[in-house]
Amino acid sequence: MTPAVRRWVFLAGMAGLAAFYLWGLTGLPGFGNYPGPYGDIINRIAVAQTKATGVVSAVNFEYRGFDTLGEEFILFTAAIGTATVLRRLRGERERAARDEAMDRNVPPVSDAVRMVSLLLVGPTLLVGWYLASHAQTSPSGGFQGGVVLATSFILIYLAGEFLVFRRIGPVDVTDAVGAVGAGGFAALGVSAVAMGLPYLSNFLPLGSTPGAVSSSGTIALISFFVGIEVAAAFVLIVSELLDQTLFVRRESR
Amino acid sequence: MTLSALAAAPRYTAPLGLMDALQVTILVLVAAGATGVVLVRDPVRQAIALSVYGVLLAILFLAFQAPDVTLSELTVGAVVLPLLLVLTLAKVRRREE
Repeated sequence: MTPAVRRWVFLAGMAGLAAFYLWGLTGLPGFGNYPGPYGDIINRIAVAQTKATGVVSAVNFEYRGFDTLGEEFILFTAAIGTATVLRRLRGERERAARDEAMDRNVPPVSDAVRMVSLLLVGPTLLVGWYLASHAQTSPSGGFQGGVVLATSFILIYLAGEFLVFRRIGPVDVTDAVGAVGAGGFAALGVSAVAMGLPYLSNFLPLGSTPGAVSSSGTIALISFFVGIEVAAAFVLIVSELLDQTLFVRRESR
Repeated sequence: MTLSALAAAPRYTAPLGLMDALQVTILVLVAAGATGVVLVRDPVRQAIALSVYGVLLAILFLAFQAPDVTLSELTVGAVVLPLLLVLTLAKVRRREE
């Protein structure tokens, strides 16, 4: 195919795509115009039905809890996959990366960065914990709480304390916490089945006050499990990559 | 109440004006940010640009009334993703040296 022919094929394809795209755009509902009934229905019944004032969490962990379970396992599988690909193989040994590029100029962590990072660790941990445990009352949830929790661990690395980061987030521990989070979610669903209810039914008492921290039954528990799973998965992925960067692996012999 | 009655009841609509201006502004900023990320050619700078773009996206989600997505985007888009990229680049560069 000559370049000229190729260009014509491309232009024809582009014209077709542009035509269908514009046609599709004309059929869209107006900006901010929500046509479906389900969002409006959920907005009206969710608080009374689940006693959770965080309606997004009620949808995520109750009405479509099974979808969320699948999403959680996507992240879980990704973290396990990273750990598997980057594991230490037989015949590989670790050595500090510094040996390889002695002349490389590694700038030290400035006092300002170290100071700010260390000061932020505690508050970030607190915010993450709050988000993960208050899905039923505020627009937060396990995923948001989990990533914020993971960020607080990454701040420790940013402060130049890599060895501390490695000590508090060893692969075995993060693996185990992640497994407890993912397994706890699935086990809550199975518990409902054991009680003769559909999978992931909300079998715990809902409480009487919407918006109370103790309300909403399994929604709060599932959110908590998601939170620790997400935090563990992110810490695992980052620490695996840090290991790769800071400790080079070489074939022995 | 039946489901059809629930769906037919009047729904809350945000007042026009200020919110519209904010949404248009942030949409333009996000478009500019995304173009900027593509135009930056050095991978390390690109990771930093991506982090800024993550903050812009987080503001976009906030302006469109999705505070939960904002929280995720703020940490994943602005912190974790650029960090993973920078770490990977550090590893790859060392191998090239």
